[in-house]
Amino acid sequence: MGKVTIPIGPQHPALKEPESFAITLDGEKIVHMNVNIGYNHRGIEKSCEGRTYTQAMYILERVCGICSHTHATCFIQGVEEIAGLEVPKRGLYIRTMIAELERMHSHLLWLGVAGHEVGFDTLLMYSWRDREIVMDLLELVSGNRVNYGMNVLGGARRDISPEQAKEILKGMDLLEERTKYYIQVASEEVTLIKRLSKVGYLSHEDALKLGTIGPTGRASGVDTDTRRDDPYAAYPELKFKVVTDNHNDVYGRVIVRLGELIESYNMVRQLVNNLPEGPISVKAPRKIGPGEAVSRYEAPRGEDIHYIKANGTEKPERVKVRAPTLANVQSVAKMLENGYLADVPIVIAAIDPCFSCTDRMIFSIKNPDGKATGSMDWKALREYSIEWHKKQGVDFSKAKIR
Amino acid sequence: MLESIFQIIVFPGFVFLSVAGVFAEYIDRKLYARFQNRQGPPWFQPVADFIKLLAKEDIIPEEAEPKLFSALPVVALTAAVTAIFYIPTWGLNALFSFEGDLVVVIYLLTIPTLAFFLGGWTSTSLYAMIGSVRTLTQLFAYEVPLFMAVLAPAILADSWSLSGIAAYYSQNPLRALFNLPAFFVALVAIQGKLERVPFDIPEAETEIVAGTFTEYSGRLLAYFRMAIDIEMVVCAALLSAVFVPLWVNAPALGVIVFLVKLLVMIFLFALFRSIFARLRIDQMVNFCWKYLAPAALFQLALNFILKGLLN
Amino acid sequence: MIKPGAMLREVLRHMAKKPATEQYPFVKKEKPPKFRGKLVFYAEKCIGCNMCVRDCPANAIKITKKGDKQFECEIMMNRCIFCAQCVDSCPRKALEATKEFELAQLDPKKFKVVYEAAAPKPVENTEKKPE
Repeated sequence: MGKVTIPIGPQHPALKEPESFAITLDGEKIVHMNVNIGYNHRGIEKSCEGRTYTQAMYILERVCGICSHTHATCFIQGVEEIAGLEVPKRGLYIRTMIAELERMHSHLLWLGVAGHEVGFDTLLMYSWRDREIVMDLLELVSGNRVNYGMNVLGGARRDISPEQAKEILKGMDLLEERTKYYIQVASEEVTLIKRLSKVGYLSHEDALKLGTIGPTGRASGVDTDTRRDDPYAAYPELKFKVVTDNHNDVYGRVIVRLGELIESYNMVRQLVNNLPEGPISVKAPRKIGPGEAVSRYEAPRGEDIHYIKANGTEKPERVKVRAPTLANVQSVAKMLENGYLADVPIVIAAIDPCFSCTDRMIFSIKNPDGKATGSMDWKALREYSIEWHKKQGVDFSKAKIR
Repeated sequence: MLESIFQIIVFPGFVFLSVAGVFAEYIDRKLYARFQNRQGPPWFQPVADFIKLLAKEDIIPEEAEPKLFSALPVVALTAAVTAIFYIPTWGLNALFSFEGDLVVVIYLLTIPTLAFFLGGWTSTSLYAMIGSVRTLTQLFAYEVPLFMAVLAPAILADSWSLSGIAAYYSQNPLRALFNLPAFFVALVAIQGKLERVPFDIPEAETEIVAGTFTEYSGRLLAYFRMAIDIEMVVCAALLSAVFVPLWVNAPALGVIVFLVKLLVMIFLFALFRSIFARLRIDQMVNFCWKYLAPAALFQLALNFILKGLLN
Repeated sequence: MIKPGAMLREVLRHMAKKPATEQYPFVKKEKPPKFRGKLVFYAEKCIGCNMCVRDCPANAIKITKKGDKQFECEIMMNRCIFCAQCVDSCPRKALEATKEFELAQLDPKKFKVVYEAAAPKPVENTEKKPE
């Protein structure tokens, strides 16, 4: 067998979402790899522009099934900033609590997926069974297992009763015990360590250069965490440490995520024990702005950024979503350099990709004969936009680019 | 004559093996599920799967050689069934036996693996070809330790026939304890032969879809899966014949003892696959040559010395 | 301490344990009180303010005036994203999220649920044509 190029995706058992990785192999070794995203565009940003802020929040909550609270909160934080709303303490605490519960279920889900990708299905079954504990808690608090709908403009939508708080604390103890067991398994089981360590190596310099964020970056020693660096919601009042690791490989990413789980349990305990009294939300105006805001939020996968531009009406003028996977997906090609085919699934899974969140519109220019000619470079894009705005009656051709 | 035909067709031949294979798959899957705190399939699930596959359409890739492509599953199935005739099942004597049938059984058990390789190679799909290359690479890694591990008890028994080995160890049951390292080596190597975790590299679903079986469907896939099930029973029977000195020479009781031995082996197989992650092919080859082969060699040397001391 | 089979004990311990599998279609789990399922409409409470229609992200609700203070409500269950914002928006609690969630349907017509004006009980499938 000479060099062959095999397609991993758009449909492949290793991927849970349609994405394409074309991998050139020499035997079992990877020679070259091509990442192709853009199979999942749903037009969410555009549909937000046609909806009021309340409606857009529910639409954005459905950007991702796993980190739904992430996107809703990130958006609403920006809107509240434009409107100058002061969210009550209790509302912020409840928001943060859901955010941390969400991080737990996302990381536990990831642990199972990682187990499955290296053929360790027992780990998958156990960690997903334990994930049910946190899913049940989320269902108890918010009503549903996914898409919690716990946000409202100006605070939290639903209150937490003392009985629910007690249940949450009970769940935390159970989960902490289980997570400690997984940490023990990850540091003892020889086949697991063999499959994870020295795999998907991403040095600290490369991690910085490629702009990796979240647990992927933190496992390469990139010490960034929005919760600490640019605190939002109730994070300024919480004591926690940012887990980093210097293994620079998939094993390090497991360690970071498991460590973050332990931190999350402690955070939720602090939140439940110090839950302030008072209202959970303030009344918000329907018309917001004008103004614009960039909102940052630490999703389970890394930093999520939303840009919102308000024009004083009921509807946002522009909403832009930058999901964390977009920042990390480029590093996959680097991680797989000189790797093995067998490592492809676990290395892709190790950045905890969420492709449907990532996919935004891709614009390809068409020739007169209708054939696409690929993407635009920066200059062409600028010329195109000047042309487009001219049709709208605005001339940007004299504007300077800094 | 009539008895031989009965034995070939019914017990321990084709009919018994098919039923045992189906139940072995059920027990394996159920145990695997219970180890993982799941419920597992109902008892008829393997039969239902088999019937479903039989009812499906056979698709043969255009590029494949149709005759070879459809003959290979049957070859694998036949080879696996034939192997049982040389393995003592309910009594000390196998259906056929001659000096050296141990080698024949090992080679008969290699044929399904070769059929998997050829099946993957003829289907000309990229996933299947990578799978078949892995099948062959893996074969070279586990076959030598497996052969040496099974040979060690034969050296001590001074007979290269499975019936002879069984007879020797039924007279000196305690001497089977010397073979414990070889038993462990054989148990691990058999996982490679059966392509199960941690050595399910040729059909690693998250990497190469279904490996060698990617292009197989319908009846042909059903035969392949049946061949794997029967191979599992035959391997369990081989391990228990060589390493477990527990024989009752009465028909009914003998069958029960045989089935219990099979169950214990399948329990070990299921346990094995639930506590490990899948290795990479280079790690697997390394492991087999670095640890399994020396362990088997050590056992061989030990048995040569023991033979001189004891006999 | 690196060793093979670190999960062995846990695995064997689980053999005697009851499976964690939920027997879903046969045994149904109790939904929490805040569950957001199928919507019901109480026509006698509706004042026709259209707040629910304005806040619905999926355009799933339609309120039509049928007479003096009588309003008919049409809910498209295939459009509904079950956020239950309409329940929060309604000033008179004329909408309620129930615990019913098994709403999958082969017939697209059955997704449209019409609650007749001021009728105390919902009548389903009024527009159903003979098949």
